[in-house]
Amino acid sequence: MANENEVQNENDYNFLLEVDDLHTSFFTENGEVRAVNGISFKLEPGKTLGIVGESGSGKSVTAYSIMQILAETGKIVKGSVTFRGEDITNWNEKKLQEFRGSKVSIIFQDPMTSLNPVFTVGFQLEEAVRLHTGKSKEEAKKRAIEMLTLVGVNEPESRVKQYPHELSGGMRQRVMIAMALACEPDILIADEPTTALDVTIQAQILELMQELQKKMGMSIIMVTHDLGVIASMCDEILVMYGGRICERGTADEIFYHPCHEYTKGLLRSIPKQDNMGEKLVPIGGTPINLLNMPKGCAFCPRCENAMKICLTEQPDEYWVGDNHLASCFMNMKDLVENREGRQ
Amino acid sequence: MSEEKYLLEVEHLKQYFPVAQGFKKIPLKAVDDVSFKIRPGETLGLVGESGCGKTTVGRTLLRLYQPTGGKITFDGDVLYDSENKIDKDMLPYRKKMQMVFQDPYSSLNPRMTVEDIIGEPLDVHKLYSNKAQRREKILHLMELVGLNAEHAMRYAHEFSGGQRQRIGIARALAVDPTFIVCDEPVSALDVSIQAQVVNMFEELQEKLGVAYLFIAHDLLVVHHISDRIAVMYLGHIVEIADADELNNNPMHPYTLSLLSAVPIPDPETARNSKRIILEGDVPSPLHMPSGCPFRTRCRYATEKCAEVNPELTDRGDGHLVACHNR
Ligand SMILES: Nc1ncnc2c1ncn2[C@@H]1O[C@H](COP(=O)(O)OP(=O)(O)O)[C@@H](O)[C@H]1O
Ligand SMILES: Nc1ncnc2c1ncn2[C@@H]1O[C@H](COP(=O)(O)OP(=O)(O)O)[C@@H](O)[C@H]1O
Ligand code: SF4
Ligand SMILES: [Mg+2]
Ligand SMILES: [Mg+2]
Repeated sequence: MANENEVQNENDYNFLLEVDDLHTSFFTENGEVRAVNGISFKLEPGKTLGIVGESGSGKSVTAYSIMQILAETGKIVKGSVTFRGEDITNWNEKKLQEFRGSKVSIIFQDPMTSLNPVFTVGFQLEEAVRLHTGKSKEEAKKRAIEMLTLVGVNEPESRVKQYPHELSGGMRQRVMIAMALACEPDILIADEPTTALDVTIQAQILELMQELQKKMGMSIIMVTHDLGVIASMCDEILVMYGGRICERGTADEIFYHPCHEYTKGLLRSIPKQDNMGEKLVPIGGTPINLLNMPKGCAFCPRCENAMKICLTEQPDEYWVGDNHLASCFMNMKDLVENREGRQ
Repeated sequence: MSEEKYLLEVEHLKQYFPVAQGFKKIPLKAVDDVSFKIRPGETLGLVGESGCGKTTVGRTLLRLYQPTGGKITFDGDVLYDSENKIDKDMLPYRKKMQMVFQDPYSSLNPRMTVEDIIGEPLDVHKLYSNKAQRREKILHLMELVGLNAEHAMRYAHEFSGGQRQRIGIARALAVDPTFIVCDEPVSALDVSIQAQVVNMFEELQEKLGVAYLFIAHDLLVVHHISDRIAVMYLGHIVEIADADELNNNPMHPYTLSLLSAVPIPDPETARNSKRIILEGDVPSPLHMPSGCPFRTRCRYATEKCAEVNPELTDRGDGHLVACHNR
């Protein structure tokens, strides 16, 4: 329904990355876990796209699908990921290796996922540079120190000789960012990059990411469950629930005119400056079980306003404002009630 | 004012851990000269970055650690006073002072049923006269925290994080305490579940009049649940004030940075506010800076700050700040 009035962009190269109807599943003993269930979005150069949702909603799997670094049991079962006009889901491993790091980089919540404990910081940075650029050892060394300076690591000349465990958490995060950005990728995917950090360190890292984006011009995909981080970092936001996108729009649209019952619920449930004296309004029910998905809207079992149709049909994306789409029948309430009334 | 009755008074509390450095032991000053008071039925929030000593304060109050020095007065009784060598037996007070932990997964024995987890403190303090009464108490507690009576015979590992946190608090409430240390009780929970548990804490307080020391690193959650908030840095309390006052009118340079660092879930506010970025890392509690603990990262530091540790002083209406220059 929504696709009818979706504006086709004249020039697709306005988008760096296009994810179209992506389905990613894990094949486990208990059956097929449909972690990502048909999501589509486009990423503009130099912009920050936020992906928000509670744990298990499929944010990381989306990120890993783009990078194609899924666990062995995981597979993209349908859909495409198009980078600068090329579908990368059928690229071979060699091409993908080039792609990772030099075109798209990812950083994680735990820097030790990317850093090897037995090598010095400098060695790892140099390797990353050499792998993607064919620079000489000397040049790579220079670049490593340059990058450490860029990400605000003090005394970079002596830091390169240190091992990851000799650095503080915030420092490690900076080193990981330096590694991710060493080859000036077009896209930086950040999967909960500050979730394990204290707020003042988090502020340092977020500030750093914004600064680097200004300098280097890369796009950022910011994956987090933290609505505060999303609000302060993102141009555009995807809200995920149960492996689907339930709402998308600009930060202002999502925060000031939420149009999906789940987004509304999330915003009511968190403490904000303006609800300090009031009771929080929790989202009822229990988090989703992907092995036992409802037939209709994924959020239906927890939704207070669910209608009959929500039980049986999956809502399309409806335009609810400028650059703002929501997959919730509530936006068609009059239509739906009319129809249900007639039945 | 001085007539006011406090439930808990903590004065100059110190908790040093001996740590081996080469051949000698040097003190790690986890909590250094901390003073605060809590009124009956009140929530004092305790915030600060990891490692600043929040958990140690809580555990020392409950005497899970033997304090290094200071004075603890609970409900008018001096429980501990290093100067006057008072060190009371805690057993009778364990009924009044309880603790709830961050990790509902590791703090409950997964092989025990809910009934036995909640019943254990009842057994320890012999708070029932027969089996039927024990069961009745347990069911009442389960109802208080919003657990279904049918769940009594289930094992802890069968429950989700939010529900385990409810089991943990039911267990703490079993002995009818007047004070509970809540150590990061909602930090491990998903956003959509956090609100349920925050509400439960608030409702229990309204019903039972229990006071909380509520430790958390999420400042918005702490602001929401607390009457007053204490800000800790490197083993010291640097500021205490009413929750709204602290947020509207923070004075200590560290509090300013801390509050400005909180990502506000509101794009408009986020666009218009500037983070006050703190350079560098927190110093090690093994090597406390001289004078003010914050001076190595402070924009307002002067010579005096390296020499004299500022005391908490009242800037009006119980807004206490420890800073020479603000
Ligand atoms: N390796 C795996 N095997 C099976 N299921 C997985 C695997 N990785 C992720 N999942 C499932 O996919 C769903 C989405 O996970 P994820 O994308 O990590 O969520 P989040 O939004 O918290 O990042 C979850 O239900 C998770 O259990
Ligand atoms: N049992 C202990 N022995 C030695 N050092 C400890 C012990 N417990 C805590 N510490 C140290 O005391 C400081 C404060 O720790 P903690 O109270 O856990 O901080 P917080 O709860 O604010 O994160 C830290 O430097 C920590 O490493
Ligand atoms: S006492 Fe000095 S160093 Fe400490 S916070 Fe105040 S101005 Fe900064
Ligand atoms: Mg994740
Ligand atoms: Mg702690």
